[in-house]
Amino acid sequence: MSMAAAPALAEQPARAQTARKGKPTKAPKNDLKPALLFILPAAIGFLVFFIYPAIKGFYYSFTDFELLGDANWVGLENYQTMLSDELFWNALWVTLEYVVINIGVQTLVALLLAVLMQRLTTSLLVRGVLLLPYLIANVVVALVWYWMCNQLIGIINIGLEAIGVEPQAFFGSPVLSIPTIALVNVWRYVGYTALLIFAGLQTIPPQLYEAAAIDGAGEVKAFFKITLPLLRPVLAMVLVVTITGSFQIFDTVAVTTAGGPVNATRVIYYYIYDLAFNRYHFGYASTLTVALFLILALVSFFQLKLMRADQTDLD
Amino acid sequence: MRLNQKITALVGIAALGVANLAGCSSSSNTGDPDTIDYWLWDANQVPQYQACADDFTKETGIKVKISQTAWNNLTTAMVSGTAPDVFTDHLNYFADFVNKKQIVDLQPYIDRDKLDMGQYYKGLADVWKFKDGHSYGLPKDWDTIAIIYNKKLVDEAGYSADEMNKLTWNPTDGGTYEKAIAHLSVDKNGKRGDEAGFDKDNVAVYGLALEDSGAGFSQEQFAPYFLTTGWTYTDKNPWGTKYNFSDKNYKDTIAWVRKMIEKGYMNTLETATSMGKNALESFGAGKFALVTKGDWMVSSYTALKDVEIGYAPTPIGPSGQRASLFNGLTDAITTSAENPDKAWEWVKYMGSAACQTKVASYGVVFPAVQEASDISQEAWAKEGIDTSAFTVQVEDGTTHLPPITDHYADILAKHQPVMDAILSGQQSVDALDAFNDEVNAMFK
Repeated sequence: MSMAAAPALAEQPARAQTARKGKPTKAPKNDLKPALLFILPAAIGFLVFFIYPAIKGFYYSFTDFELLGDANWVGLENYQTMLSDELFWNALWVTLEYVVINIGVQTLVALLLAVLMQRLTTSLLVRGVLLLPYLIANVVVALVWYWMCNQLIGIINIGLEAIGVEPQAFFGSPVLSIPTIALVNVWRYVGYTALLIFAGLQTIPPQLYEAAAIDGAGEVKAFFKITLPLLRPVLAMVLVVTITGSFQIFDTVAVTTAGGPVNATRVIYYYIYDLAFNRYHFGYASTLTVALFLILALVSFFQLKLMRADQTDLD
Repeated sequence: MRLNQKITALVGIAALGVANLAGCSSSSNTGDPDTIDYWLWDANQVPQYQACADDFTKETGIKVKISQTAWNNLTTAMVSGTAPDVFTDHLNYFADFVNKKQIVDLQPYIDRDKLDMGQYYKGLADVWKFKDGHSYGLPKDWDTIAIIYNKKLVDEAGYSADEMNKLTWNPTDGGTYEKAIAHLSVDKNGKRGDEAGFDKDNVAVYGLALEDSGAGFSQEQFAPYFLTTGWTYTDKNPWGTKYNFSDKNYKDTIAWVRKMIEKGYMNTLETATSMGKNALESFGAGKFALVTKGDWMVSSYTALKDVEIGYAPTPIGPSGQRASLFNGLTDAITTSAENPDKAWEWVKYMGSAACQTKVASYGVVFPAVQEASDISQEAWAKEGIDTSAFTVQVEDGTTHLPPITDHYADILAKHQPVMDAILSGQQSVDALDAFNDEVNAMFK
């Protein structure tokens, strides 16, 4: 693989290395003020839209707050209710099923696409097309797939019938609904994930592949011995971000199955929304969000630890 | 390492973008005390109310700003203090709003202006009275349920319009109604549902559409049946404290629906969910012969290009009568209204014969003021729509008022999974026993 193959992106690491060599010594103190200035807009947004609501939500989780009423302190009552709430545990299982299918398929396909992009094509058009689904609003994606999957008149089922397969209620069947929703979101996010991984691939020095080729390693061996190990930190970041996002599946469910049939697609975020905004049990809904927060924090922490995301094998 | 930082930064930026978006959700509240903010949710009704508002402004000098917005925005707006002055209320939720002090008691205004509540159809105003007997809304329209059918399919099956008007139903064998539905169901080989060898797993046309599992009032779906059995939702209405979902008549009705699905005369709940709990498009594609719908859906069904539509009243049940829920909308004033007196003038105007005559002339809904009802029938007739299948329920006095109780949102949330399970065959109708106990425990 020559540098010319991917000029724009491949040159960057090289440039960065030269820059590092000839780095002028700066007094770090001088950076503080402009740095704070640059952080300020983000910090304000973070404080106002994340930290403040988070603290308030944490407080509400100990109250019986109904959306338009007063909040009375009830201590740990909501947490006790939650532990014995069958729908909460059901929601966790349903969400987990979604995450496993969604992340599993998405990561594998994205990895494959990224490697293909790096090794086979440099076409900007291909990269653009891959990203296209990501640029469409989630609700639109969900609705279009929903219509195409209509068991009586959806185009997918008409196609299935044409080749002799029985029409399926993809969104309506308790067995198929979660896999269907998970795969619809794979379709939407896979290009984006592939691009993130592709960017990671660009940091792997091409000399390694050249050396491997000289030593007689094929594409497959190079992938498992060079690409995967060196991609680890990037993959870890991608997984943390996509898994966290995956746990928060909401919009696709909200505009299609609304939790049904029975409770087959009542994912945790939809259950929380339903409790808070349809049934006004804001206090109890806040309790569930605190639980979800703790679960996500733990998952992310162990992922980062296990995958040693803060270390690279390139240095 | 650079890349990690880059991704982290990217994620940060993305998160910030989301946060900014959230911060941008604007409110439609003008904050101008001289203009009344009015929210309604039905886009089909904006033009006629705009026409009313123009007349109202001419008469009184009070300006009205109409916004069409989804119902869910309302609670959010109430919490954030951006609620409108006046909004179209929802029967299921008005008690919650009263309990949470979000809407204004209209009784003092009604008494002060000596408003004639007798001008409205009987019962319409009653369900909007809170436990203290005070009114929280002035009726503006009403609705009933009828059968909408695919004329071509019904003709082919050999049913005349007259026969369609005389169908009878009972929960045991389904009566002539089930016979008609069976005959209207056709499998992929062209065999009808009442013929030997009907393939219930490969149905081309379902006799009757199932749209959802019928939790709650089930206004359009199952109420036209179970209300003919003498069954009532609650021990008394309004403000009952005991629900009757475990009664035999209710269970038998639901069991009958389940049997219809098993026979292939109605589609499965899976199919219903896959078509968005809305039969409209599939009906338009000729997949259903009959569907029970409210009059507010007539304009959507008549807009279907490929099917010609007929109307029939819902079947006559064991009581010897038809049955339909009689429901309607009212307008409510929020407690955050900047000028409640002016808001009341607007609400009063929308509840008056002047405005309702205007609204009626658009032929979308039936007006609550009796005086305006002829005009609406004429408006419908002008579009070639015979509304007698809907109005017969009012003329024959076979309408029933929806149950008004506390805890409706919670009841609905618990009812739906139970009904889903029953209609998809996972549980028997006896699952309703435990559900009904759970519901009644909420009132203790």
